[in-house]
Amino acid sequence: MPLPYNPKVLELFRNPKNLGKMEDATVTAVAGNPLCGDMITFYLKINEQDIVEKATFESYGCAANIATSSIVTEMIKGMSLEDAWNISWKSVAEAVGGLPSIKFHCGILAVGALKRAIRKYHKNKNASPEWLKEELSFEEKQALEEEELAKMLARRMEKAGEQ
Amino acid sequence: MVENVKALLRAHAGLEREVYLDIENSSIVPEEVVEAMLPYYDQHAYGNPTLTHKPGWEAFETIMESTQKISNFLGCRTLEEINLTPGETEANNLALIGTAFAMKDKGKKIVISEIEPISVLHVTDMLRKYGFATTKIPVDSEGIINLEKLRNAIDKETILVSVSAVNHEIGTIQPIHEALKIVKDKNPQTIFHTDASDSYAKIPLNVQELKIDLATISSYKILGPRGIGALYVREGVNVERILEGQIGTQKLWPGVENTPLIVGFAKASELAFQRFEENVDCMRRLRDELISGIIGKVSEAKLNGPKGEKRAPDNVNMSFLRCEGEALTIELSLKGVYVSSGSACTRRILQPSHVLVAIGRNYDEAHGSILMKVTRYHKDEDVKYVLEAIPKAVERIRGITGSTGVD
Repeated sequence: MPLPYNPKVLELFRNPKNLGKMEDATVTAVAGNPLCGDMITFYLKINEQDIVEKATFESYGCAANIATSSIVTEMIKGMSLEDAWNISWKSVAEAVGGLPSIKFHCGILAVGALKRAIRKYHKNKNASPEWLKEELSFEEKQALEEEELAKMLARRMEKAGEQ
Repeated sequence: MVENVKALLRAHAGLEREVYLDIENSSIVPEEVVEAMLPYYDQHAYGNPTLTHKPGWEAFETIMESTQKISNFLGCRTLEEINLTPGETEANNLALIGTAFAMKDKGKKIVISEIEPISVLHVTDMLRKYGFATTKIPVDSEGIINLEKLRNAIDKETILVSVSAVNHEIGTIQPIHEALKIVKDKNPQTIFHTDASDSYAKIPLNVQELKIDLATISSYKILGPRGIGALYVREGVNVERILEGQIGTQKLWPGVENTPLIVGFAKASELAFQRFEENVDCMRRLRDELISGIIGKVSEAKLNGPKGEKRAPDNVNMSFLRCEGEALTIELSLKGVYVSSGSACTRRILQPSHVLVAIGRNYDEAHGSILMKVTRYHKDEDVKYVLEAIPKAVERIRGITGSTGVD
């Protein structure tokens, strides 16, 4: 299958915005697993009004992974956590000008990491706003599934190594 | 989609140099090969070789003479042992399915190595649906097949063994003589196939001396045109056709022969074999300069596959930790260096290279791998350029990775 990345993805790959670790992040969340070749870390600086003041990322993954992570950090800047929570992977895919179908999971993983960060922030604060459902969102579930798959692969490799 | 690709191509404007190293997936066809092919499109031998007119007889003559050349280089007894196919994939399909059809009453067991090319793996997966069972023999950390396990896997129901003489990804040269002897000692009826696409014109390989039953060769891997390959079938070995249609000069592959491609395949073979030692020495030198250059310039870089004499002369396969391979191929492309990766992301199936996993590379190493093949046409300046591009590209991608995934 060809991978005709669009100019927006290429631009974000070449010049990613908000790249790098944030030392004074309010909350940090990771999704994915290096075994799958797909992993994202988000660093969020959140103010007292629950507004995202700044977001940065680091990413181990393909061009689509890097571009979607980078665009998420752009999209949520200045947003309330409630609005950030409502971002769907489809809107992320749209924001990067569309993704090849085989790269949809990159957008899903980026949003999964974001939602994890939002959930973790509230858990740390012992807060449970009404919009934050107990049940995991689609993207969080998908991220978890990918990580489970990675664990399975790791076990299979260990077994192969013993033989 | 095409608009996106046009934009990607525009992003490559103004490249200082371009170095194509992705011979694994397609090759540049040198001008001298293209020139040899051109007259066969409109000046000579453009007819169907089975027909009774001058252009047809010319085509017959041309196909026979080209096939004769290829059969000589491969060490065949007769040119009838060469069965032209549209490529390596088709030749491997013919070898495996054609043998399974021909031998189905003698047994249903097939044995392959864990690191065979996708065409072999997928054909054996498909044959499972028709009652054929496949055993995969493991390899060691250099990719060398476990001969003891091979011996134990062969029994009187084993109809076919397929082991590549040279691995396509990591360049491992297999002890194919020993493997063949082990198989035939255990069951003389077992057909032994090798995908020799990465051996032909790269290592000395004479099918008659080797006494092998079936061997696949491919034109583009020796810098001939795409769309043509061959299956060597030793005289007396029975392989059934897997496609039906009008049979021309090729008894195992129906359809009208593509004379210019056959001429190109023969020409590429001639050029590769004319100065075989010199060509191999040239590739080996460029290969080793790339390997030692990369290891010297990039931290946490590892060579995949064996070193020195045990490695195909053209193959360079390196892993870079914390550096995802698809991102690296794009970054290198933007610098004019064209390579492929064993990363899941570039493999369209979201699983990293089965070859790298089989030799015990962890997933980070497999995802962060790049494969390059050098040719006699590459220059010292190309190697120098690549050795400047790779460290910079790896450094930039590692900068994006940051601390992600580091425990």
